[in-house]
Amino acid sequence: MQLIKPGTNIDFIGKRKIAFVVSIILIAISLGSIFFHKGLRYGIDFAGGTLVQVQFSGPVTVDQIRKGLAPVGLESSSVQRMGYVEENEFLIRADTLNANIESLSEKLELHLSEATGVSADVRKLDMVGPQVGHDLRGKALLAIFYSLLFITVYISGRFEQQWIKSGVVVAIIIGSVYALSLLGVSIPYLMLAATIVSLFAFWFFGFNYSMGAIICQMHDVIVVVGVFSLCGKEFTLPVVAALLTVVGYSLNDTIIIFDRIRENIRKYHKEPMVVILNRSVNDTLSRTILTSGSTLFVVLAMFFLGGSIIHDFSFALIIGVVVGTISSIYVAAPIMMLCQPRRK
Amino acid sequence: MKVFSWKLIVIAAVLLTAVIFVIPTLRPGTWPHKKINLGLDLQGGMQLVLGVDTEKAVSSTLERVLQDIQEEARIDRIRSVSLTQTGFDRIAVTVSGDDNISRFSALVKKEFPEVEERERTLSGGEMKMLLVYPDREIARIRTMSVEQALETIRNRIDQFGVSEPDIRIQGDEQIMIQLPGIQDTQRAKELIGKTALLEFRLVDEGRDPRSGSIPPGSEILYGTEEDPGSRRSAKTSYMVKKRAALTGAYLTDARVQMDTQYNRPYVSITFDKKGARIFERVTGENINKRLAIVLDGTVHSAPTINDRIAGGSAMITGQFTMEEASDLAIVLRAGALPAPVDILEERTVGPSLGTDSIRMGLLSMGVGGALIVLFMAIYYKISGLMADLALVLNILLIAGGLALLGATLTMPGIAGIILTIGMAIDANVLIFERIREELRQGKPLRTAVDRGYEIATRTILDANLTSLIVAVVLFQFGTGPIKGFAVTLTLGLVASVFTALVVTRTIFDFWLTYRKPRTISI
Repeated sequence: MQLIKPGTNIDFIGKRKIAFVVSIILIAISLGSIFFHKGLRYGIDFAGGTLVQVQFSGPVTVDQIRKGLAPVGLESSSVQRMGYVEENEFLIRADTLNANIESLSEKLELHLSEATGVSADVRKLDMVGPQVGHDLRGKALLAIFYSLLFITVYISGRFEQQWIKSGVVVAIIIGSVYALSLLGVSIPYLMLAATIVSLFAFWFFGFNYSMGAIICQMHDVIVVVGVFSLCGKEFTLPVVAALLTVVGYSLNDTIIIFDRIRENIRKYHKEPMVVILNRSVNDTLSRTILTSGSTLFVVLAMFFLGGSIIHDFSFALIIGVVVGTISSIYVAAPIMMLCQPRRK
Repeated sequence: MKVFSWKLIVIAAVLLTAVIFVIPTLRPGTWPHKKINLGLDLQGGMQLVLGVDTEKAVSSTLERVLQDIQEEARIDRIRSVSLTQTGFDRIAVTVSGDDNISRFSALVKKEFPEVEERERTLSGGEMKMLLVYPDREIARIRTMSVEQALETIRNRIDQFGVSEPDIRIQGDEQIMIQLPGIQDTQRAKELIGKTALLEFRLVDEGRDPRSGSIPPGSEILYGTEEDPGSRRSAKTSYMVKKRAALTGAYLTDARVQMDTQYNRPYVSITFDKKGARIFERVTGENINKRLAIVLDGTVHSAPTINDRIAGGSAMITGQFTMEEASDLAIVLRAGALPAPVDILEERTVGPSLGTDSIRMGLLSMGVGGALIVLFMAIYYKISGLMADLALVLNILLIAGGLALLGATLTMPGIAGIILTIGMAIDANVLIFERIREELRQGKPLRTAVDRGYEIATRTILDANLTSLIVAVVLFQFGTGPIKGFAVTLTLGLVASVFTALVVTRTIFDFWLTYRKPRTISI
C-alpha cells in the first residue's frame, strides 16, 4: 500500500512566499494575543495560588459551589466544570494562598456539601507559594532556551561539519548571557538577547542549517503559546513539558528533511537549490505523513480518553505536531535556503 | 553466522533483563524486588515543599554566642560590657575601662574565633565594635541547618510511619517531601512543620507581666492555663528569662503517659546525664520559684519547683488529645528543627483520582497503540508486523527500564509512553521507506535491505539524539511529574533505536539468509 506515489513532485517550496506570509500572520496573531492579554495566563505552578478539584455525588450549580466557598474565604475563586456534565467535577482556582487555613480539605468538603446538598469529595488540592512559582517561571524559560541552544549546536556541528566553529558560537552565546546576567538583566530579556546573539552568530558563520532549525523551533513555540493564549488556556508545568516535546518532535522532522537535502545536494549538485529542496521534501513526504499521522493519532487518543490531568498537555501536543510538521517543510527548509552562503 | 550469534545473545540478554525486572511489578514479592513506583498523582498522597528560614538559624546561633560571651565575661569578672544583637549576623559591643577592654578583646579572640571584629572605635576609655559572622561561617550554618532540618524531618516521618517517603533537599534552602498514600494531611503537616524547640525557662518572679516594664534579659510569653478540676482555660502571660535553663537538646526520650487522676494524656521526658545534672542544679537553686516549660514560644505550663529534682525526668502537661500527645512525643524524640520552616508548596491528590488517571491512561494507550499496530500491518504487511513486534518490545523495554532505574511513573510519564508509541514507528517507517525506494531503483532484495538500514541509521541517530537532548534538559529542569515524563521519553527513545536498528534488522537478516526469498512483503 502506498499513500504517496513514487515520483510525486509537489511544488512545496515554490509556494514559500505564501507560507511565509501565513507564518508571519500566525506569529503576529500569537504575539498580539499575548500582548492583548497582558502576558500569559499562568497556572498556579507559575503564578502561585490554590487549586482544588472537587467531585460531587449529584448535579450542582456554580452558584451553590461559590456559596460553599465563602466560609473558607475562597468565594472570589474561578469555578470551572471539568470533563463531562454527568461527572459533576469542578475545578476551583484562587490566586490567594490559604496555607494557613487548617484542614482546608476537610473544611471544603463540609461546607461544599452543606451548600450544595450533595456530598463533595476533594480529589486534588494544590497550593503553591508565589516564590516557588516565580522560580519555576525562570527555570522553564531557561529549559526552553537551553534545549534550543544545545540542539542548534548539535545541528551546526553535525550538518556543517564545523564542530570548532560551533564551539565558538556556544562560547559567544554563553559568554554574552553571563555578561548580561552580571548586569542584573532579568531572565526574559536575557533569553531575548541570547536569541538575537545566536541568530547573528549563525548568520556570521554561515550556519544555514542551524538558522533554519532555530527559526523553525521558535516559530513552533510561539504559535503553540499563541494558541494557548487565544484559547485562554492556562500555562502549566505539563504544558511546558509538552512545548519542549514539540520542539523535539518538530526538530526530528526538520532533521529528516535536512538529512535528505544534504544527501540530494551531493547527488544533484548541478540542480538549483529550489529543485533539490522540493525533491527532498517529496522524497520524505510519505514518511512525514505516516509519522505525523500516527503521532497525531495517539495524541488525539490522549486528548479524548486520557482524562483531565493531561488534557491541556495533549492539546499542546496536537497543535505542536501539526504546526511542527508544516513548519519543517515551510519554515526550516526555505530559511535554510535563504541563508545559504553563495555556492562556489 | 558468527555475527548473528553475538547479536542474538545481546538481544536475548536485553529482553530477558527487561522481563525479569517487569515481573515484580506484576507479581509483588518476587526477585529482584524492584517495582515501578507510582507517582503521587497516580496513587494519591501529599507533596510538600518547605522553605527553611536559614537566616533565623544563623540568628539563633549568634544569639547563643552572645549568651556564651556574656557568661564567660561574667565568670572572668570583666565588667561594663554591653552586648546587643543588631542584625541576624552581628552583635554590637560596648566596653568601657582600659583593663576591661583588653581582657574582653583577649577573651573574644581566644574563645570565640568564629566571629570577626569590625569597625572598632576607641574614644574616652570606651570601646565600640561589631562582632560579625564572616560569609563563610554564615554559609556553613545555612547548609548545616538545611541538612539538619532534613534529618529531623526524616526522623519524624519514620516514627510517624509512612511507607516509602521521599525526602530530599531541593535547591539551596528547600526541602521536598513526598508522602504517598497519606490520608490525614493536616496531621502530617503539623508533625513536619513544628519547630519543636523545647525550653525550660525560669519565671522572672516578683515582676508583673502586666506592669509594662520589661527588664533586660526577660521577655513576656503567653500560654493557656487550665484549671484541671473545672477544665476552664484562660490565656495567661508570663514574664520569663530570655535564657533557657535547659533545652530539648539534652533529651533522650519522650513518651505518652496517662494521667489517671484526670484521665488525660501527658508527655514524660527523660534527659541524658548532662541534662539531668543541669536540671538538678537549676531546680536545686530555684526552689519555690516557677519553671516555665516553653514549646515554640508558647508556655505549656509553669509549675512551682518544690524540691531539687534528681534523676532527670520531667513531664509536659496540657490540654492534649491522645493523638496530639503522641505527635508531640514524636517531634520531641526526633529533636527540634534548627530553624522554622514555611510551607511553600503543597499538593495533595486523593486516591480515587489516581485510579481514574491510571485507567484513562491505559485506555488511551490501548486505543492509540491498537490502531497503530493495525495500520502498520495493513500498510507494510509482513514487515509492518515486524514493526509491531518492535513496538511491543519497546513497551516491555520501557517498563523494564523504569523498574531497573527505580524510576517513578507519573501521569505525564504515561503520556510519555503513549507519545513514544506514536514516535517509535518513525524509525521503522524511515527504514521501510528507504528499502522501498531502493527496490524501486531495481536493486536486488539483499542490497536494498542493507542499503535501507545503512542510510536510515544515520538519519535515525541524528533525529533521536536531538530528541534525547530535549529529554535531558527536561529532566534537569523538571520537578516530580515532569521528571517522570523525561524519564519515559528517554527510555522510549533509546528503546526504539534499539528495537528498530538491532532487533528488526536481525530478524530481516535471518530471514534473508535462511529463507533466501526473492520478494519481500513491504
